[in-house]
Amino acid sequence: MAIFQVPNINIAGISACVPEDEYNNNDYDWVSEKERETLIKVIGVEKKHHAKKGTTTSDLCFVAANNLINELNWDRSEIDLLLFVSQSRDFILPATAGLLQEKLSLPKTCIAFDVSLGCSGYVYGLSVIGSMMATGIIKKGLLLTGDISTLNTSFKDKSAFPLFGDAGTATAIELKSDAKPMMFNLQTDGAGYDAIIIPDGGIRNFVDVDTSFDYKQISEGIVRNKFNIAIDGIKVFNFSLREVKPNVNKLLQEYGLSTDDIDYFVFHQANKLMNETIRKQLKLKPEKVPYSLSEYGNTSSASIPLTIVTELNSVVKNSELALLLSGFGVGLSWGSVILHTKNIVCPPIYIHKD
Amino acid sequence: MEINIFIKKIEEEFEDIQPNTLVPTDVLSEKFTWDSINALIFLAHVNVEYDVEITAEELIKSKTVQDLYDLVESKEL
Repeated sequence: MAIFQVPNINIAGISACVPEDEYNNNDYDWVSEKERETLIKVIGVEKKHHAKKGTTTSDLCFVAANNLINELNWDRSEIDLLLFVSQSRDFILPATAGLLQEKLSLPKTCIAFDVSLGCSGYVYGLSVIGSMMATGIIKKGLLLTGDISTLNTSFKDKSAFPLFGDAGTATAIELKSDAKPMMFNLQTDGAGYDAIIIPDGGIRNFVDVDTSFDYKQISEGIVRNKFNIAIDGIKVFNFSLREVKPNVNKLLQEYGLSTDDIDYFVFHQANKLMNETIRKQLKLKPEKVPYSLSEYGNTSSASIPLTIVTELNSVVKNSELALLLSGFGVGLSWGSVILHTKNIVCPPIYIHKD
Repeated sequence: MEINIFIKKIEEEFEDIQPNTLVPTDVLSEKFTWDSINALIFLAHVNVEYDVEITAEELIKSKTVQDLYDLVESKEL
């Protein structure tokens, strides 16, 4: 059972970067005005940022990380670990982490690799980087998470296009012997692999010039091809309503805590209806549950750190906090972490000029 | 849980429905735009109110308000 503590590691800083172009869902004319209004209200996304073709997740993560390293005044030669968590890497191969190691002028002694996860990516990523650093050999590490989802959604898919936004984030992790441990509860259910999927382009379904690119009508208002993100809304919804609350509660219970001990709950920004339902299930006050959905959309693996940067900026900089972060979705993969922060370096969000 | 309370809560949840207009024999597709968004709102509602999980297939099989009520009731047991 993946409920465990990781000691000796501390978050030194968090930063985020979004592409410059904004898309306003009020302009989404694939659906009627009435449907548009309902859609915006239910998913909670008014605007989001769209990368231009040619901008990659690593470009966004680079800006976030490069600036963060400078803000922290870190010696780059001391950064020995770079973990890139994304499902929109630069190339099919090589891994993107190496490209970032080079671009960020990190030493060749740096461990760098990719982890392919989305919604649960930040929490999983913290557990991986934390576990690797906890033994004490690596003093400084970077967790870079993000996705460019908008280029993979079909404009004519009302269940996906209005939802996603693009972003890249960087979290600086340092070894700290008196740090309060991070406490994790991580889970998986591969039976739900097709709840959120891009069907073609991998080894299972090779690119087929005859069929992969054809747009098909899936249902009313949903037209997409096999390279587009396909979401089974009800399946994902039922999964989230079934699994997130017990995962969070189990974690709290395991370490003798209650929701009263947590200052803020930062959930993966799936959509407003789903997130609000989870909030109500857990009986959490709205003031404790920040959202970045309305301005940035569902930013996949970036959503948790992005929400901290945009919504909790001054509190993470100026106080000691107990946070519970919870990511859930594609995989199906989900996980929560309880961590304590103190005076994190947290610059305002960066804009990438595409 | 009584059907009247069930109906009242549904009317509160869905802004398009005027209060005190739904009756058990009402056909859902005539009263709601019964699309995926409303389906999700309904799923969320029964989950939070009654701690009950409903699948898409079960929802599709429900034709009237009474059917929905019976479905939720059957899960509560």
